[in-house]
Amino acid sequence: MSETVADVSALIVQTLLANPKVPRDINGSSKIVEDLAFDSLAVMNFVMEIEDSLDVSVPLDRLADIRTIDDLAACIVSLKQAS
Amino acid sequence: MSIFSKYDGLARSLAAVTADGGRNPFAVVIDRPLSSTVGLIEGRETLLFGTNNYLGLSQSEAAIEAAIAAARTHGVGTTGSRIANGTQGLHRQLEERIATYFQRRHCMVFSTGYQANLGMISALAGKDDYLLLDADSHASIYDGSRLGHAQVIRFRHNDPEDLRKRLRRLDGTPGAKLIVVEGIYSMMGDVVPMAEFAAVKREAGAWLLADEAHSFGVMGTHGRGVAEADGVEGDVDFVVGTFSKSLGTVGGYCVSDHDGLDLIRLCSRPYMFTASLPPEIIAATMAALDEMGRRPELRHTLMDNARRLHAGLNAAGLRTGPQASPVVSVILDEVDQAVRFWNRLLDLGVYVNLSLPPATPDQHPLLRTSVMATHTPAQIDRAIEIFATVAREFGLMRPAAVTAS
Repeated sequence: MSETVADVSALIVQTLLANPKVPRDINGSSKIVEDLAFDSLAVMNFVMEIEDSLDVSVPLDRLADIRTIDDLAACIVSLKQAS
Repeated sequence: MSIFSKYDGLARSLAAVTADGGRNPFAVVIDRPLSSTVGLIEGRETLLFGTNNYLGLSQSEAAIEAAIAAARTHGVGTTGSRIANGTQGLHRQLEERIATYFQRRHCMVFSTGYQANLGMISALAGKDDYLLLDADSHASIYDGSRLGHAQVIRFRHNDPEDLRKRLRRLDGTPGAKLIVVEGIYSMMGDVVPMAEFAAVKREAGAWLLADEAHSFGVMGTHGRGVAEADGVEGDVDFVVGTFSKSLGTVGGYCVSDHDGLDLIRLCSRPYMFTASLPPEIIAATMAALDEMGRRPELRHTLMDNARRLHAGLNAAGLRTGPQASPVVSVILDEVDQAVRFWNRLLDLGVYVNLSLPPATPDQHPLLRTSVMATHTPAQIDRAIEIFATVAREFGLMRPAAVTAS
């Protein structure tokens, strides 16, 4: 049993929407820094929440290549498959 | 398009901070210190409550005399890096003195504390290794992790259980695991549960590096930091720290019992490719170290002062971090309020640090103070009184405090 990119992406959106400051109209192609107005620390803190929901660690160097929510979902799925 | 256009947002934030004629908090000039606790700012005598000069040793007579003598005999600079022409007898002496103080076999000295973290972390954790960093780590630790090639994993602040969980996810992966924690965290002044982290480290067969920058000379019976206070120095593989806080000079160090430390001298770029510490700084640092060892009462007075300031600010109705330590931060909610508060404090004669997100935990702006052993009770009470005055002006007193006053 394994999550698809779409599953993980949906879970990320759901986690983000729990924060009232996040715009309501986000989806998988939303850009994390630009569309969500997250600074570097906010990005790392939100990734930590996702890590706990999915029991996976996302190394910080991988975050540099991630722009959108779908990018993050794809990264998490590949990390879970590798482990 | 300007090369600076990516900083348009930063420029707007700075403009907002200095709107209404406020000062640029990042460009305050201390014309000169009059003592360790009083400086001349804007021509006025101002109480210094934001210099990290915990033991007041930047103004130590013994250190000043030692620096003058060393400059006369050795000159004012080395003009070289440690691995070329920049190692003099004094550098070796300082390394031996620091190693002896920490009762460790080896010591490496760096030109700054920032470089000590950068140089140790980037060189120790290689391509196939894992770095596990506390979420609230200092910038020098994050930067060290980016200079090296290890995989970097962040765990929740001061949470050994969270670290245990993340280490468990790495079960079976090859490569060394290096855990990095700080003794006292520089923004909120909270202390690491070092014994609990040491237990996690032992279970996982990992390595532990402790940055005792703010706890050296402050915690432990001999001032060796939180590891000494918690009785777990044997579990800390590498202690990193700085001379620019409790010893009042500049420079950084790493001490360890591992013989491999000598190899790091040949692969740590921040150690190799910069000029070594100048002779007068080394001499002053050794004199300050002597003074710190000779005068344990400085540490006791410092902690008494920290408790006095922490209790006083809380009694004045302000919200601070949970623990009385030499870093006491007042937590506010809004950046513009913090900026105005900070300006009023300086108007009324108290200098503290304004710390803004994302450099602070939890997105809160902080008025960060640091206490000194050389502050008098009267100076601390005066600072508390000025904080309380400004809090009243801003309507920030908590209800209980208002009725009590």
